[in-house]
Amino acid sequence: MSVIVITVVLTALVFDFTNGFHDTANAMATSIATGALRPKVAVLLAGFLNFVGAFLSVAVAKTISGGLVDDAKITPVVIFGGLVGAILWNLLTWLLGMPSSSSHALFGGLIGATWVAAGAGAIKFATVISKVLLPLVLSPIIAGVIGLAATYFVYRITTRGSDEVVRKGFKLSQIVSASMVALAHGTNDAQKTMGIITLTLITVGTLPEGAGPPFWVVFCCALAIALGTSLGGWRIIQTMGKRISEIQSPQGFAAETSSAAVILTSAHLGFALSTTQVCTGSIFGAGAGRRVAQVQWGVAGRMALAWLMTLPAAAIVGAVAAWVAGTGTPGTIVVAVGALAVAGGIFAANKRNVVNAHNVNDVEVPQPAMAA
Amino acid sequence: MHIAWGSLGIVFLVSFAAAVAVVVLVSYALVALSGPSIDSPGSGTSVALPASTSNRAIAGLCLLAAALIVAYGLYVIVTA
Repeated sequence: MSVIVITVVLTALVFDFTNGFHDTANAMATSIATGALRPKVAVLLAGFLNFVGAFLSVAVAKTISGGLVDDAKITPVVIFGGLVGAILWNLLTWLLGMPSSSSHALFGGLIGATWVAAGAGAIKFATVISKVLLPLVLSPIIAGVIGLAATYFVYRITTRGSDEVVRKGFKLSQIVSASMVALAHGTNDAQKTMGIITLTLITVGTLPEGAGPPFWVVFCCALAIALGTSLGGWRIIQTMGKRISEIQSPQGFAAETSSAAVILTSAHLGFALSTTQVCTGSIFGAGAGRRVAQVQWGVAGRMALAWLMTLPAAAIVGAVAAWVAGTGTPGTIVVAVGALAVAGGIFAANKRNVVNAHNVNDVEVPQPAMAA
Repeated sequence: MHIAWGSLGIVFLVSFAAAVAVVVLVSYALVALSGPSIDSPGSGTSVALPASTSNRAIAGLCLLAAALIVAYGLYVIVTA
């Protein structure tokens, strides 16, 4: 195997890792916020279930680019550039505590890298609209409506029950619903990286055309996403669990059940929606289902901005990385070291005000004025 | 530009039905487990009595139905 292939495999596993720790919040944010699970236990459980989920379905040997770019124009250098763009955007949004789609970051990186390597003609802009922009708008709305309805029914029905039994019951139920989201996440997201590595091995002839991922690829991807998840992206967990709305355990259960239902159904019925955008939508819906005034809509605005910027921002980084790495092995080394340096800088900035398992729930939520 | 509005509609309907069904079943199970409430004299609050055997059976049935919906969903996905 050449240097670039080994570099791509390692970079893909790093992307898988950031994908995991960026998305711990999707499954566990509300369970941690309501105290259904202790923070450390929650992230370890999510990591384990992501690992299991990665083995659940091996049906996805489909193209990683999802038809966004001309697959014939994809080379290891393009994939490397795309991965670097996606990783750096994932790290930056983590530092800002913003949940954003790892898939969109990857698509953005690949689009930018392909643009540099093969020109704008290799990019299918109509597919970008139907597969990225449209789901970006629809995912949170669909999940939000379902989360809102589920929350409405939960509160409507359980007003007849005893507070004590209901609260304890939903805390226990949340452990199950959060686990389902984590499992669904492993099934969906680990396969993206498996697809990337498999495609790279096919383009250089190590694997025959149309081959599925070998066992070592499945295993390494499952392990990378599980390790990332169990590290816990605490900043994003804090945003989703505490800064959107004050979440109670019935809402957490309603939000997680809605997320799991939408993710699993959409993956199975072939209309892929972003895990992150679905989970965020459910939490907003669950927040609004109890009291609309309790939701911090300003946070929604900042998230929408981050989501819109994900693809172009990753594309720019991906383009630069592919352009430099395209000049040969020295260029590849320059990109790798440069990316490591930027990642190091982001980690250093994180150290300035660390968010971890101990202080993740310490947020002063501004209380809206009581409506008369 | 091709947008699969049909499958999007199905995704919405199926996930709406599954999520609401599970949530409603678990909610009713918890209401059944709550038992009858009586006003505790003096304190002005009400206390829940332990649930009766029939209520526990109803709660068990609700939780079983919810678990079956989840298990069926996983079965369909794993065997796809």
